[in-house]
Amino acid sequence: MSVATAPVGALMPESAPEATVSVRGIGKTYEGGVEALRNIDLDFPTGALTALLGPSGCGKTTLLKIIAGLLEPSSGEVRINGRPVTGPGPERAFVFQDFALMPWATVLRNVGFGLELRGVHRHEREQRARLAIEEVGLAGFEDRYPHELSGGMRQRVGLARALAVDAEVLLMDEPFSAVDEQTRRKFQEDLLRLRQIERKTFLFVTHSIEEAVYVADRVVLLSRRPGRVTQVIEPQIDRSASPEDIRRDRHYLDTVEEIWRGLRQYVA
Amino acid sequence: MTELKEQLPARAAVAAGDGIAVPAAPATERRGTHVLWWRLASIALVCGAWEIAGRIPINYAFPPFSETALAFFRLIADGSLPKAYGSTLQPLLLGVAISAGLGVTLGVLMGLRRSIEWIGAPVFIVLQSAPVAALIPLITFIYGIGLTSKTLAVIVLALPVIVLNSYKAVRNVNPSLLAMARSFLASRWQQILKIVLPDASPLIFAGLRLGIAAGFIGVVLAELLITPTGIGDLITFHRSVADYAEMYAVIVSIILFSAVTLSVLQRLEIALFRPELQERQT
Repeated sequence: MSVATAPVGALMPESAPEATVSVRGIGKTYEGGVEALRNIDLDFPTGALTALLGPSGCGKTTLLKIIAGLLEPSSGEVRINGRPVTGPGPERAFVFQDFALMPWATVLRNVGFGLELRGVHRHEREQRARLAIEEVGLAGFEDRYPHELSGGMRQRVGLARALAVDAEVLLMDEPFSAVDEQTRRKFQEDLLRLRQIERKTFLFVTHSIEEAVYVADRVVLLSRRPGRVTQVIEPQIDRSASPEDIRRDRHYLDTVEEIWRGLRQYVA
Repeated sequence: MTELKEQLPARAAVAAGDGIAVPAAPATERRGTHVLWWRLASIALVCGAWEIAGRIPINYAFPPFSETALAFFRLIADGSLPKAYGSTLQPLLLGVAISAGLGVTLGVLMGLRRSIEWIGAPVFIVLQSAPVAALIPLITFIYGIGLTSKTLAVIVLALPVIVLNSYKAVRNVNPSLLAMARSFLASRWQQILKIVLPDASPLIFAGLRLGIAAGFIGVVLAELLITPTGIGDLITFHRSVADYAEMYAVIVSIILFSAVTLSVLQRLEIALFRPELQERQT
């Protein structure tokens, strides 16, 4: 079985020597005493797509928001390229589960919003937004409003907005959970294609085992609350094959099965 | 407050809706003329019923629609209606402008800052539930019978609902949009100007519409209770000399004026803050 399994928080694969994002001893206890995360140590290698996988309520979104700088950890530290995180930064871009599009703004303005906030000039901003819109396959929809788009198209807008600011790290919070299954599959395939052209570090939160194995280089398994890293799995799947072949691939199915065995104990 | 409730499910539906509902332009136009016909039919129905009720007559003091319409043109022709509006509009515009400016500012600040919320909210919640008309004699007692009193009457009625709606509007701003703005490095000011205010604008404008409607009540009450001037005087005068057609003409004119003002405000809101709703509006 060509699935490398590493024990908790150890062993960096030699294929990814540097880590863009490193998480050290992160814990988070919410007001009211709910402990969401406990002592998380993780490294997210540059250029890899890492999936955070776990049962609902395991704090995977909390961890992503701490890395994004949207939430303060109760303990521990996140470093991006060696610099500690104190809040949101230009090297990170977030893709939201509920899309978080401004309903009063066109697709073009929504996509260019990150640049608008940074004071990029209108002309340049729209040029870069148009490129990002094209990249996610929404060319021709620049002047539409979010309510005129389907769920899948809205999430493409959210993705384009994150691409437009050209951040090194893309943080995706269950980006496909609010879209239907067909759209979701198409999206996963597009994400793989995007990974090949964009050299970015992807962090991807999901509760779908198949999705994690299908898109990710590394799958981090989190336990139920308080979330801890239980396993890091590297599904070594040949992504040059067609999507149909990958989904029927032996390793793919074995990895899904292995993860399910690992997670089973946490499912009530 | 009813409008406030109606707004929320509508917004939720927009957020949850996953349909590819792309309204085509010609269909919208057709629906537009359709709506217009139904509205005209509704007006014709009311006027017709009024005409019949006035001709039976259900009450000797209830003139039919046709007489009221004629009286309306007489009042315009002899200049008494325009003159009355001239004097009524003064406290109304002044009061509404002060209430809108002060109310939206206060409400937004209350929504943004806890300390201001704690100071402000109780005052306006009490004011809103109080039968404010009962305060008008008190206002007269303190400020006399001039413009100040009438303007204050408008403010006292209009301000609480504007403040409370603006405050709730800011409180109900989509937290996910705020997180989005923060993650893309928005400063506090950018968050307020580019996310909070546009997202809150439907509820703020709902409050403004309710507040202006309340302002109309305030100004007419003031003119009936404090000193008869303007519209209030015209109503009182024509009632006292039993010109019921004239009295009704004045009453209907102020109702229409209020309705038109509110619908103009709604259009203004959509034109300024809600470009995405423009095509759907008829």
